[in-house]
Amino acid sequence: MAEEIRIVLRNYGKIDPLKIDDYLAIGGYEALIKARSMDREELIEEVKKSKLRGRGGAGFNCGQKWAFAYGAQADQKYVVCNADEGEPGTYKDRIIMENDPHTLLEGMAICGYAIGANKGYIYCRGEYPQVTQILNTAIAQAKEKDVLRDFDIEVKSGAGAYVCGEETALIESIEGNRGEPRIRPPFPPVSGLWQKPTIVNNVETFANVPVIVDKGADYYASIGAPAYPGTKVVTLTGDVNNKTFFEVPTNTTIREVIFQFGGGIPGDRKFKAVQIGGNSGAFISADLLDTPIAFDAMTSIGSALGSGAIFVLDETRDIVDVITRVAKFFEDESCGKCAPCREGTARMYELMEKLNSGQGSANDIVLLNKLGRVMSYSCLCGLGQAAPTPVLTTIERFSADYNAKLM
Amino acid sequence: MVNVTIDGIKTSVPDGSTILQAAQEVGIRIPTLCAHPDQSVKANCRVCVCEVEGNRLLQAACSQPVFEGMVVKTKSPKVIEARQTILELILSNHPQDCLNCIRNGNCELQDLAKEYCIRENPFEMKTRGLPKDFSTPAIFRDPNKCVLCRRCVETCSIVQGVGALGLLNRGHNAMVVPSMGQNLADSPCVMCGQCIHACPVGAIGEVEYIDQLIAAIADPDTIVVTQMAPAVRVAVGEEVGMEIGEMPMDKLVAALRQIGFDYVLHTNFTADLTILEEGNELLKRLTTGGKLPMFTSCSPGWINFCETYYPDLLENLSTCKSPQQMFGSLVKTYWADKMNIEPKKIFSVSIMPCTAKKFEASRPEMNSSGYQDVDIVLTTRELGRLLRMSGINFDKIEPSSFDSWMGAYTGAAVIFGASGGVMEAALRTVYEVVMKEELKDVNFTVTRGIQGIKEAEVDLNGTVVKVAIANGLANARKLMDQVRAGESPYHFIEIMACPGGCIGGGGQPITKSNLKREQRIAGIYVEDEQCAIRKSHENPEVKIIYEEFLKEPLGHKSHELLHTHYHAKNKKLI
Repeated sequence: MAEEIRIVLRNYGKIDPLKIDDYLAIGGYEALIKARSMDREELIEEVKKSKLRGRGGAGFNCGQKWAFAYGAQADQKYVVCNADEGEPGTYKDRIIMENDPHTLLEGMAICGYAIGANKGYIYCRGEYPQVTQILNTAIAQAKEKDVLRDFDIEVKSGAGAYVCGEETALIESIEGNRGEPRIRPPFPPVSGLWQKPTIVNNVETFANVPVIVDKGADYYASIGAPAYPGTKVVTLTGDVNNKTFFEVPTNTTIREVIFQFGGGIPGDRKFKAVQIGGNSGAFISADLLDTPIAFDAMTSIGSALGSGAIFVLDETRDIVDVITRVAKFFEDESCGKCAPCREGTARMYELMEKLNSGQGSANDIVLLNKLGRVMSYSCLCGLGQAAPTPVLTTIERFSADYNAKLM
Repeated sequence: MVNVTIDGIKTSVPDGSTILQAAQEVGIRIPTLCAHPDQSVKANCRVCVCEVEGNRLLQAACSQPVFEGMVVKTKSPKVIEARQTILELILSNHPQDCLNCIRNGNCELQDLAKEYCIRENPFEMKTRGLPKDFSTPAIFRDPNKCVLCRRCVETCSIVQGVGALGLLNRGHNAMVVPSMGQNLADSPCVMCGQCIHACPVGAIGEVEYIDQLIAAIADPDTIVVTQMAPAVRVAVGEEVGMEIGEMPMDKLVAALRQIGFDYVLHTNFTADLTILEEGNELLKRLTTGGKLPMFTSCSPGWINFCETYYPDLLENLSTCKSPQQMFGSLVKTYWADKMNIEPKKIFSVSIMPCTAKKFEASRPEMNSSGYQDVDIVLTTRELGRLLRMSGINFDKIEPSSFDSWMGAYTGAAVIFGASGGVMEAALRTVYEVVMKEELKDVNFTVTRGIQGIKEAEVDLNGTVVKVAIANGLANARKLMDQVRAGESPYHFIEIMACPGGCIGGGGQPITKSNLKREQRIAGIYVEDEQCAIRKSHENPEVKIIYEEFLKEPLGHKSHELLHTHYHAKNKKLI
């Protein structure tokens, strides 16, 4: 029986997030003091050893990333927190920031010390004005107590573009430009915000850092799946009894998440599909439910853990209709920079609409498949590359739903 | 150096090379659409994607740097399918009116569609249905044809520093628009037309006046007279399959007569005249404490720019009209008189390397002859169309020469076509006027070349005159900001709106690279060398016009016909 383990949500419900004294009283900012007593390389080595991997979706080794930025020579470096949380069905970052904002600040300050940055930005989702307020309060209190010392943190609010969750588009947005991804390389740890070495990590990633510093890499690495250790905050939506969040070890299976933590499907209805990782996530069929949610396990079934959004569909749901809405989302959210995404997302929606309204033919499915495949490896950034995943995985795994709607 | 294998060919390329560059090294051409040899890497069209061993994602050849041991496939079935699909996507919202398009036969997208055998597009045809913008007399935009490569935006904002074009909306609603979504006429657009060269397709072009010309030729009561700028000859051959600079002037004159022009004259005549007027204006400003530095005023894109962005410096502009407009006011006064032709019967046609000249001719200031001084302006590209339309065979055509009174010119006028040419021509004359001795070597090579900003010093009897030359308006900005700050060390500044000067003008044959501009510049100096007379003040017809009509530089008649003033545009700027 899998059990919840709370690392990033360790202080959830235990402290008043608007009172820094509460955080300090339970040992807050001690990890930062400890980190600062360490040699920088030793600190980065410790984070590397913990095998903490980015919780934003790409799953890159966090310590490794920090090492790049540490090694980069520059007069200025930046720490950026990706709090854009634009994935539909995802609200884990909001829970962390609303309930324990200082954990994030502490994680960022540790990173700042490690790489030699004295300036941090939190790029907060535009639809989260209340979170921005909480963060600003926390930053003001931290300044008053001087716990961050020379590390300065500023909150920047997004303007509602999903693509700004992509780290280079986020950087462009902070700089005041159109939110569009950059060509990589160079990667941000080498040349990021204002062309300076920049670490962009997700809220959940930073929230893990104080615990790693406090309890040690070995403790952290022992939790969950060995190659992707630790926990993951998952948020459950759709046809599931417990539409709420859980922090579970990464070796928890999808079945456990839905049927144990989620309490299963409401009514007597049967499970049909689950989409994991947000709108660009693969649709997973019942035969794959025993896959652990850990990054590599998900990759092996052509899926991604992504943000940890778990969207459950029961047997009554019309997959083609759901995918049509997903396609509409990407048509809206493509930034328009690269041709295959700009035109492809619009065509994908057009073809899905056609199929959904019963006007489609088998040829349209063939075309959708080709379009999706080409987009998945031709688009400039992750948005366009991942946008076809729901289409491609449902054509493969739920072909009966498509066939039922053919003209 | 880095060792890479491209399509099975092993090669070694410098560190930092892209796949595209490495492929070029081994003779493999990878198709591109958004790539531009003189611009930043955009990687947004994705047409150049290639397979890199070990990576599921295809990589854009234009942006992906090579690494040691990299194995690239530039034409695997996966790559071909991706390129075809991307082209189908781009073409599925691109109006399929290639036959009527201003870029028919000279379009990068058309070429790609041909190369990749795009036949039946599986995607439903859906154009954007946006209105065309014909708000200026010089440049039009058809946003429906835009492929969002953004080359025009970079040209306008980075090369020209004008910033009239930007992006609006996102996703498939994204579009390139004049700033703040206005039409071009209300935007800060200076009509230099550099965006036309940048555009791979027909989304931006010159407003054509070929129909008006043909109607004038058809009218027996109309005398059609043409002038032609110095940068036209060197480039127009490119429109009819010749190498740069190859078009012989006497055959071009003959061709113009075949097209139906009644008289063929040359803007070079008024270029020489400009030197006399502007040179004397400079000397007057230098000796009487006039506003300095003085700026040249030949380039109408530059004039628009100054009126838009530096209205506080308009007093620094030479009051001389451009050679085109000097010609316009003289052809309907002096020349009409000489030829005993009623001015109202004259249809004055100017052939220019320039799109802004179309706007300049339509300025309300430009009617000092009592009529509109220049009736229509054709670009070099329009002349190319006329030459093709007229079926002229340049191998067989009998040469002809310019008509009298305003057709003679010197090498000093020829070099007006290249950046630094006006300065060099002015120095050739000013030197002799001030020093009262013959200038032994007329070649001021320091003023030549495509370099964005050039400077020189000339010692005139102990007075050191400092001059600067800028081509491309972003370079002009640097000099202007210096002047505005009161820190400019110069007395005389030549500015040409277009990179390389008029040979790179917005009306020239589509010019995708600066290399072509440099070749045209070389052609200009070859022509200068071939001229028997190379100093403006020695032009025999210029001597006659001063003796018989103008009397003296900066005299009463000159002020009436050859000089003007410009005004702040007061445009809404971002």
